[in-house]
Amino acid sequence: MPTYEKILLKNMEMPGYTGLLADYERVGGYQALRKVLGKIAPADVTAMVTKSGLRGRGGAGFPTGVKWGFLPKDYTGPKYLCCNADESEPGTFKDRQLIERDPHQMLEGIAIACYAIGAETAYIYIRGEFSLGARILERALAEARAAGYVGTNVLRTGVNIDIWLHRGAGAYICGEETALLESLEGKRGLPRVKPPFPATHGLYSKPTVVNNVETLANLPYIVNRGPEWFASIGSPPKSTGTRVFCVSGHIKRPGNYEVPMGITFRELIFEHAGGMRSQKPLKAIIPGGASAAFFTPQHLDVKLDFESVAQAGSMLGSGGVTVMEEGTSMVWAALRLMEFFYHESCGKCSPCREGSSWLVQTLRRIINRRGRMEDLETLTDLCKNIAGRTVCAFGDAEIAPVLSTLQYWRDEYEELIRAAEPSGAAELVMPARH
Amino acid sequence: MLREKYKDEIEQILSRYPVRRSALLPLLWLAQTEEEYVTEAAMKEIAGILRITPPQVYEVVTFYTMFNLRPVGKFHIQVCKSLMCGLVGSDVLLGWLQARLGISPGQTTPDRLFTLSTVECLASCGTGPMMQINDEYYERVTEERVDRILADLKRDGTSPLKSGPFILPQLAGSEK
Ligand SMILES: Cc1cc2nc3c(=O)[nH]c(=O)nc-3n(C[C@H](O)[C@H](O)[C@H](O)COP(=O)(O)O)c2cc1C
Ligand code: FES
Repeated sequence: MPTYEKILLKNMEMPGYTGLLADYERVGGYQALRKVLGKIAPADVTAMVTKSGLRGRGGAGFPTGVKWGFLPKDYTGPKYLCCNADESEPGTFKDRQLIERDPHQMLEGIAIACYAIGAETAYIYIRGEFSLGARILERALAEARAAGYVGTNVLRTGVNIDIWLHRGAGAYICGEETALLESLEGKRGLPRVKPPFPATHGLYSKPTVVNNVETLANLPYIVNRGPEWFASIGSPPKSTGTRVFCVSGHIKRPGNYEVPMGITFRELIFEHAGGMRSQKPLKAIIPGGASAAFFTPQHLDVKLDFESVAQAGSMLGSGGVTVMEEGTSMVWAALRLMEFFYHESCGKCSPCREGSSWLVQTLRRIINRRGRMEDLETLTDLCKNIAGRTVCAFGDAEIAPVLSTLQYWRDEYEELIRAAEPSGAAELVMPARH
Repeated sequence: MLREKYKDEIEQILSRYPVRRSALLPLLWLAQTEEEYVTEAAMKEIAGILRITPPQVYEVVTFYTMFNLRPVGKFHIQVCKSLMCGLVGSDVLLGWLQARLGISPGQTTPDRLFTLSTVECLASCGTGPMMQINDEYYERVTEERVDRILADLKRDGTSPLKSGPFILPQLAGSEK
């Protein structure tokens, strides 16, 4: 099995590494912050990040340095950085590991980003369920404040960087960046209409950057080892660096694997994660979290980088790779994901709010042996009427599992419908949305 | 009243934000920790502290699934039922719990010890089936572990089987 140098999981995989400040400093922690503060101009830090090719690890893959560059240049009022630690995309569990095992790594990244964009305040928006993660981060923040890495006059350079933890309370949509901002302002997490974008009108209508935990955790290494080094890893020029892929499902060794972007699904699944858990062969892969269109074994040689996965008709998304074995019902899998989206639709846009409910009801009818052939048209039609008609990308996300399973496993839908009987199980009552 | 009991904490929370209303989720957490659910009195008091109206507080409380508007059992068991856990047996886990507790999701045992719920993905998809009980995660749950966890909780109020910081793949299987 090929082995690769790890960047983000390297510290925590050292025996005895606790993630406490002393350990992090021993492996060179906060040297990157010392290197930039007051010594490299903020615009040059941004240029460095742009040059590294780093792209967002939260889902959309937007180039990080370019995003920072959108902040107004001549603006002197307050700006904000928000670290997106909401991690709620089914199949994704990498930020949790980065938070719980090496909290200072991401804090240093946050401090560097604050300096680069000129923000004196950062909020870490962490999902409410991560109470262990929140406790670990609070402890790390207290250590960082005491050591002068966070707070007023950081490392006596005159730079102020305050970092606060803000706990969510159970709502997938708050991972969407503008819903996150609404939530942080003490409101229901309903996404905002864009434009204006957060870069100009973000938190409290001030210029704001939202970045994912993993994105930010890469920054200390880009500073320490240089953008050229980072840009040489992975599949340059468009997908540089490593990704922490979360492998779940019917797999022998589920877990997080940090590998350079550009290795194949075959290598990730069969070499790093040990292959299928039983004798049953592979049937389906979800390549990038619940919002990504399903792949088949035909796609095993697709490369895990932004462009290749998109070209093959799905997305690298959040890095959550779910593997399903032969015998798994694809209609059931689509329904399970659809129930998630139905539960989590925030209700702002009617195509998504109503459409998700109709999709669940139609899928349930088929599973409960009450389907009709027209239902397949209805499903496709519903999806078409949701696509592109919502304020945020949730709408496009929720239709991916339905459309892709219909595309590759239409026969399974048809088989269930052919088996339909008038006495099929009664339709289930829709649970109340919270 | 929160204001008397948590005066310093509330001041500290408010000082983190330039706009008072941002303190809403932190104050609701404080209220829920205090009373195990968010009471009407707490919502009114928080509205007063933040200088917003009670309905503005209520609309937020009802948006977020983690806030309880009614008392729940002493131990709130929440089983993840999203797809990735579903693939590795979350329905079976739910069945074990239902059989032992004699309740369905959404219900509380008559002794008010346990409330059972199903929830969506808790970011432990590599270590399913899993459940959250109050603040703690329990991962890779087996039938035998369900028995131990329930017995531990009844006896000691906590269980050593709860998760510590994220389990690394190479350590998986070697833990207790
Ligand atoms: C419905 C929805 C949910 C999202 N959830 C998350 C999330 O949990 N974590 C995250 O980092 N990004 C999430 N995103 C992406 C964010 O909107 C945003 O693009 C990202 O945080 C930007 O950071 P990055 O550029 O570093 O990736 C979500 C997007 C949508 C549309
Ligand atoms: S699917 Fe259960 S934790 Fe993610």
